Amino acid sequence: MIYLDNAATTRTAPEVVEAMLPFFSENYGNASSIYSLGSVSKKAVNQARRILADYLGAKPEEIYFTAGGTEADNWALKAAAEAYANKGKHIITTRIEHHAVLHTCEYLEKQGYEVTYVGVDENGIVKLQELEEAIRPDTILISVMYANNEIGTLQPIREVGQIAHERGILFHTDAVQAFGQLPINVDELHIDLLSASAHKVNGPKGVGCLYIRSGLKLRSFIHGGAQERSRRAGTENVPGIVGFGRAIERAVDIMPEKIRKETMLRDYLIEQIYEKIPYCRLNGDRTRRLPGNVNFSFQFIEGESLLILLDMKGVCGSSGSACTSGALDPSHVLLAIGLSHELAHGSLRLTLSEENTKEEMDTVVTAIKEIVERLRAMSPLYEDFMKKQRLAYTGK
Amino acid sequence: MYSEKVMDHFQNPRNMGEIEDASGVGTVGNAKCGDIMRIFLDIDEDGIIRDVKFKTFGCGAAVATSSMATELVKGKSIREALQVTNKAVMEALDGLPPVKVHCSLLAEEAIHAALWDYAEKNGITIEGLEKPKSDISEHEEEIVY
Repeated sequence: MIYLDNAATTRTAPEVVEAMLPFFSENYGNASSIYSLGSVSKKAVNQARRILADYLGAKPEEIYFTAGGTEADNWALKAAAEAYANKGKHIITTRIEHHAVLHTCEYLEKQGYEVTYVGVDENGIVKLQELEEAIRPDTILISVMYANNEIGTLQPIREVGQIAHERGILFHTDAVQAFGQLPINVDELHIDLLSASAHKVNGPKGVGCLYIRSGLKLRSFIHGGAQERSRRAGTENVPGIVGFGRAIERAVDIMPEKIRKETMLRDYLIEQIYEKIPYCRLNGDRTRRLPGNVNFSFQFIEGESLLILLDMKGVCGSSGSACTSGALDPSHVLLAIGLSHELAHGSLRLTLSEENTKEEMDTVVTAIKEIVERLRAMSPLYEDFMKKQRLAYTGK
Repeated sequence: MYSEKVMDHFQNPRNMGEIEDASGVGTVGNAKCGDIMRIFLDIDEDGIIRDVKFKTFGCGAAVATSSMATELVKGKSIREALQVTNKAVMEALDGLPPVKVHCSLLAEEAIHAALWDYAEKNGITIEGLEKPKSDISEHEEEIVY
C-alpha cells in the first residue's frame, strides 16, 4: 500500500504509541487526584503542554487541550464572538476555510452575527486588500487558516495578523494542517488564537488544542470541573495528551529533514505528473504550499472513479469531487480558486509523509496515467474534446 | 460503500464505447453535478435494439448504472426498453447508496434521450416517451429514497 493521504490523517508514530501506553495501564490516575498516581498523570499532561508551548513560542498556561481541531475552531470562534459581542458582531474569514470554521460561522450568522467571506486568488492565497477593505468598526474577529487542507496553500499569516492587531481586532488561525509541519511563532505572527490537532502530525486521534493568548477573556467551552483552568472541563485525555506532546517533540526534532524530503518528493511528483499526463493542472500555489501537498485536476474525468481505481492498485488518496463528500457540489476550495465544476470534480489530492520514497512516486504516476487514460476512454467529455481537436486540425 | 455488482460493473463496464452512425444518441446530466452519460443505440427495422454502447463521465455508481442499463435494454424492443426504470437498474445492481440514486435516474434518462433522438431522426412518435430533460439537477430534490 502507498499511503498518500496524510492531510486526512497520519500513522501514529511508534515512539508516540510507546509514550502513550503506560497511561492506559499502570499510570491510569486521574490528573486531578491528590495521591501520587494522579500526580504522575498531571505531570505528564503539563509536560506535553510545555512541549506545545515551546514549539509555538507561547506560555504553557496559554495551551488548552481539546478533543481535536474541530472543537478548537468551534471554541475559538463562538467564544470570541460572544466575548466581544458588545463591541461588534462582524467577523471576517475566507472562502477556503475548513468546514469546522465555515459551518461555525454559518451558525454564528444564525445567532445574529455578520460574516464576510474574503476571496482568494487563482492560487488560493487570500486577497489581503479585500480583507483589509472588509474591516468595519464593528469587526471583532478575523479567522484565516494557516495552510489550506485541500490545495496546501500557505496564507500570509503574518500580514493578516499585523492588519488585525493594527485595528485592535482578534486574530484566529486554524493551523491544523501546518502545526508540527512548519515552524510557528505566535508572537511573530500576531496570533491570538490557534487551533491544532494531534493526528495530522503522527499523534493520536481525538486530541487537539487551542492556544489562547493570555489576557483574552474567553468563556469556557465545556462546563464542569476545574480542568484546563476551568475553561475546558472534563477529565483530561491523558494518554492522548501525552501522545500529542510526544508527537510534537518528534515533529520538532525531524522538522528540517522532513520538510526537505517532502518538498523534494512533492516537486518530483508534480514534475512527473505534468510530464507524463496531458490535460491536467496543479491546484494551489506552485511554491507557497505545504511541503507534502500535491493537488491536480485531470480534465474529462471524475475524482471518485479515479480514487476507487487507485485504491485497487493500493494507492490511498482523496478528491474534491462531490461524490467523495456525499454532497452534490464539488469542493468549495476548488470553486473558490475559479475552477470549473468539471475540473473540481476531477481533482486528486495526494499528501505525502517523510516515509514516502521516490520509487513510490514513480509507481503512483504510472498508476494515475493508466487510470486517467482508461477513464478518458470512457468519458463523453473527452470524446467531444477530441472531435473538436480533430475538426480544428483536419477539418473533418 | 458499493455492492459487489456495482464494483464489478464499474471495473468491467459492459458495452462501453461508441456506435458510429447510431440510430439514436442521447446525452444527459451536466458537469456541475458531476455526471454526464451518453447512450448510443443501434435499432433495426423491427424496432429491436441490436446494439447499445455508453460513455460516462462520473463516479463509480454512474459508470455502473450506465453499464447495467445498457445490459438491460440490449436485444429488447423499444417498448421493453422504455420499461427499464431507474428502479430496475438499481435492483439489478443490488442497490445503490442513497446519495447515488440520482445516477440511476440519469441512466434511465439517457436511454429515453437516445430513443427520443431515434424517434426524431425517423419522424415517428414512441408511445409513452416524453421529451427528456437534458439536465436532471433541477428535480434532484424530488427524489424519494
